[in-house]
Amino acid sequence: MMNEQVNTADHGTEASPLIQRFLAGEQDVFHELIRPFERMYYRQAFSILRNQQDAEDAVQQAIVRLFTRLDQLKETERFKQWSMRIVQNEAKLLWRKRRQNQFESIDESEDDGQGGTFRGPRDFADWRDLPSEAAEKQEMRAALARAVESLPASYREILLLRDVEQLNMAETMEILGVSEATVKTRLHRARLKLREALAPTFGMPQPSFWERWKGMNPWSPARR
Amino acid sequence: MVTCKTIIGQLSDYLDGNVSAEMRDKIERHLRGCRRCSAVYDSTRKMLVIMGDEEVFEVPEGYGTRLHSFVDSLVAKGKS
Repeated sequence: MMNEQVNTADHGTEASPLIQRFLAGEQDVFHELIRPFERMYYRQAFSILRNQQDAEDAVQQAIVRLFTRLDQLKETERFKQWSMRIVQNEAKLLWRKRRQNQFESIDESEDDGQGGTFRGPRDFADWRDLPSEAAEKQEMRAALARAVESLPASYREILLLRDVEQLNMAETMEILGVSEATVKTRLHRARLKLREALAPTFGMPQPSFWERWKGMNPWSPARR
Repeated sequence: MVTCKTIIGQLSDYLDGNVSAEMRDKIERHLRGCRRCSAVYDSTRKMLVIMGDEEVFEVPEGYGTRLHSFVDSLVAKGKS
């Protein structure tokens, strides 16, 4: 179960006093205000733009908007969602500017070609027991990052918010401006797609690698 | 009797703990007997564990420094 994971990204309650100080003229606290979220901003922008420079530019644009419009945020405890939404908007604006002539739609639908008929996950190889011998930790991370990058934008976005940043349902709905049903459906499809995309990376059993993963072995048989 | 289709369809909700107790029992019974579904379940679950590792999606070196210099320039502009 995923709820065993600790949500370390919840700093919403700490933002309010900082915002009050900022609005009272103490602009230097802006540094402190964004610090808990800045990595998330970058990852969100990058998931849309897939280019480091563009992602940093989009975050800076968003920062200008946050800085100049903070007085418009009424419910200061929602700074996280509000600011993420602004980052996302700036990233999409830049994406449109950059990619006008390309075919991929930023709002690419969930149509993954499976239509309405069930075909199940394309591969069902049993790669529980492990990635190939060459897969050092770094390589595994890189493979995962590449697999995420290979997915349609709407899938990248939802995976980032839910499974990387581990935002809750309400926050995710607010940031994406979609219903709970849409979040669930999209997340479900995105996870299955990602799993498929990763499958070629995993082949040869080598459990010892996973035992070293932060002292745990995520590939061991699941508790049920 | 639940089908593989149902199991795969509920996988995400099950992983997130968002299924009824009744459905959870059905899923768990199916997983015990179905090698294909249990392989998909286990690997997806483990993939998500790794996804939650902060280091998978790293930010570029110097990003924080550049960002805060930029904030400094905004603050300075505000003061001038």
